[in-house]
Amino acid sequence: MRRKGFRGDEGVSLWRRFVNHGVTLAAAGAVVLVLVPLFAVFGYLVYKGIGSVNWAFLTQTPKPVGEAGGGMANAIGGSVLILGIASLVGVPVGIGAGIYLAEYGRGRFGDFIRFTADVLNGVPSIVIGIVAYSLVVLTQKQFSALAGGVALAIMMIPTITRTTEEMLLLVPTNVREAAYGLGIARWRTTISITLRTATSGVITGVMLAFARVAGETAPLLFTAFGNQYWNWKINQPTAALPLQIFTYAISPFEEWHRQAWAGALILIILIVLAITAVRLAAGRGMVKGVS
Amino acid sequence: MGVGIEVERLNAWFGKTQALHDITMSVAANHATAIIGPSGCGKSTFVRCLNRMHETIPGARVEGKVSIGDLQVYNGTSATKVRRRVGMVFQKPNPFPTMSIYDNVAAGLKLNGFRNRRELDEIVERSLQQSALWDEVKDKLRKQSGASLSGGQQQRLCIARALAVQPQVLLMDEPASALDPISTGKIEDLIFQLKEDYTIVIVTHNMQQASRVAEFTGFFLLGELIEFDKTEKIFTTPSDKRTEDYITGRFG
Amino acid sequence: MADHALGAPRLPGPEPVVGGPSREAGGIRRGSLIPDSTSQWADWAFYGAMLACGVSVLVLVGLIVYELVTKGQLAWHAFGWKFFFTHDWDPVNDQFGALPFIYGTVVSSILALILAVPLAVGVAVFITEMSPRWLRGGLAFTTELLAAIPSVIFGLWAIFVLVPFLRQTVEPLLARYFGWTGLFEGPPYGIGMLAAGVILAIMIIPIISSITREVMTAVSQQQREGVLALGATRWEMIRMGVLRNARAGIVGAIILGLGRALGETMAVTMVIGNRPEIAKSLFAPGYTMASVIANEFSEATGNLYLSSLVEVGLALFLVTIVVNILAQLLVWTVTRGTRARSHA
Repeated sequence: MRRKGFRGDEGVSLWRRFVNHGVTLAAAGAVVLVLVPLFAVFGYLVYKGIGSVNWAFLTQTPKPVGEAGGGMANAIGGSVLILGIASLVGVPVGIGAGIYLAEYGRGRFGDFIRFTADVLNGVPSIVIGIVAYSLVVLTQKQFSALAGGVALAIMMIPTITRTTEEMLLLVPTNVREAAYGLGIARWRTTISITLRTATSGVITGVMLAFARVAGETAPLLFTAFGNQYWNWKINQPTAALPLQIFTYAISPFEEWHRQAWAGALILIILIVLAITAVRLAAGRGMVKGVS
Repeated sequence: MGVGIEVERLNAWFGKTQALHDITMSVAANHATAIIGPSGCGKSTFVRCLNRMHETIPGARVEGKVSIGDLQVYNGTSATKVRRRVGMVFQKPNPFPTMSIYDNVAAGLKLNGFRNRRELDEIVERSLQQSALWDEVKDKLRKQSGASLSGGQQQRLCIARALAVQPQVLLMDEPASALDPISTGKIEDLIFQLKEDYTIVIVTHNMQQASRVAEFTGFFLLGELIEFDKTEKIFTTPSDKRTEDYITGRFG
Repeated sequence: MADHALGAPRLPGPEPVVGGPSREAGGIRRGSLIPDSTSQWADWAFYGAMLACGVSVLVLVGLIVYELVTKGQLAWHAFGWKFFFTHDWDPVNDQFGALPFIYGTVVSSILALILAVPLAVGVAVFITEMSPRWLRGGLAFTTELLAAIPSVIFGLWAIFVLVPFLRQTVEPLLARYFGWTGLFEGPPYGIGMLAAGVILAIMIIPIISSITREVMTAVSQQQREGVLALGATRWEMIRMGVLRNARAGIVGAIILGLGRALGETMAVTMVIGNRPEIAKSLFAPGYTMASVIANEFSEATGNLYLSSLVEVGLALFLVTIVVNILAQLLVWTVTRGTRARSHA
């Protein structure tokens, strides 16, 4: 918004100009100050973690306390399992709710659901952990990957719902009308035409939700609970990468601290990959070819 | 041969506002009937009532009787069934953006359960020939998306798509208004040929176009059908003063 | 007005022809290429399935409330309202009072806001109004990247980098120059309320910043130009033309950041010291509502213990909801539309 030769400048007092530049400097300073922790965290992660991320780390399970070596393979696997369960539950429900809001829920009831989804979005993740504990762990009488998956699914749903709705609303009405005009049933139109047109946008939303819950620890603390060993059964306590990082970080053992950094590095790499993929997809254009 | 359309005391509303008042009209089979009138006169609404597209708008309502051949459009038939008998081409070309040219034309069939590959190929080719697009796209049927064509080509694609389901009636809502003159000419040529096999109702704000392509014309004003007659008569010796005012350019 | 262009239209016969489905040259029966079977039930089934998904959102929130209330009943019956005003947290003797956690949550969050708001708004102002166009996307992306870092990783970094830094550098300085306020007394452990406030601040900056950017962008260009036309400097234009109009939204963004800070668990748990005490000094260890649940839930012996923790969770839930709703309303008044983007 710099306007060279703007007449007003000549009549502006020294003080006002000073304030103007001062504020610009302060704002730029704020940017720098905010970027510092960003680079500090990333930098430190790479610095501390890169040495420890090796094949052994990625393929072995933890060794007993005190012994050097071992890895977080079971935690990575456990995260995959838990996130898989979460996606299986959360993605269809989220997309379905998004479809409802976009195609059928344009009135007061739809507004109510929209509002509730935003409320759900703001519920602290630890509270969701309590609820998943109550619903699954108490009834099953054990910690389990299923409980963890349910907790994460609950967290995914609001995000997926709102982005799906937004993407579907971007599909122009005349595309739907073309389908109706051909005598295509409404349900078929929604799935094969509208949803299909919005596909890349919907996937973006799903990946965003996924990236968000992939790093969540709190809801897993007393649902999946963690595990020293491999576990692929959904009904048993399971390790998870963020959980393992937490446990190791607060432990008194140097060896475990080292591995915590390595685990953190892997986690952040996966999340950044997911986010960048989302960004690229968004850049390519959500709704292809629509005039 | 196409079928005719009988409209009896058709009324339509957008919420509380009445858009059509007691329209009664007979559309001749295998001819083109033009619907003309100034903006907001209800011509689009009328045509959209014929294939029950009007009711897709929230709050819209229709009363009256419409029959296409022996099919009662309202009163017992499902909207989807009606729309399969009637093809529609919209003002702004609207090919399905994520589908190839082939899939666009075949959409009305495939998405309604028609699966036979060989027959589909034949129908797609025939429809594209009917809409004079075949030569231009035959080499890129599956490779290019429908949206990558020019405006005029897109509209012909939409016509092919509508024809592929072999409707009895073809409704066209200002099909050439968004197109350049050359494409418009091509579309008008098309209508001429299509008339032999289909019953066509075409909404147009272009009176010259109406007199070029249509045998019959209906003049709408403020939601009423003022006059309906042979095109030649409407444009040379209209019976109603309002018609005369419109075609001489006094308003609209 | 006979027109020539493409040949005269064919004149029709006396009566229009009305007939049924007809045959075309290719022998295909016209008008019934596709079976007429209606798919009404499929439409209804689909609608029902989508409705069920939509309703499940309501059900989930209902479930959350239900579970929290029922599982917290025991503690509620045992302690009543006093639960929130009592200081004692003594699992051994079955005495549970949540005041230290409420105090810790409030203090750490307010501290975080004090630190975060100037920076976040500053960043937002810079990106929206001052940054050269080519820098804008990159800056926006990096602030979003900050938002993507999981809490546990912030905590990890805080334990091994931030806390030593506070312990060795910052806290001694604060004690020397500002010790007279009483806020910086006691041994500088590093771990404690100050560390929690700082890491929380870092974590809530992205969301305050991005919502502020959103509401600032929502202010119309005409507003900006109107002020500029009066001869204002750029800062004056921002202050009078943008910030003033976006005021409600910015407050909303801040409150949204507060909501996020209130519920933040892992990073805080890792650096706050986890001691249920109320102290004036920011150097002292503390405890938040989210942290006590995180630390003690899986090891809670006894139903009253567990129930008390659930009740803490219920309190946290209610507070966060109220704060978030308030924030949403404020932001909505400026943006006036569906903001479907989730708070990433």
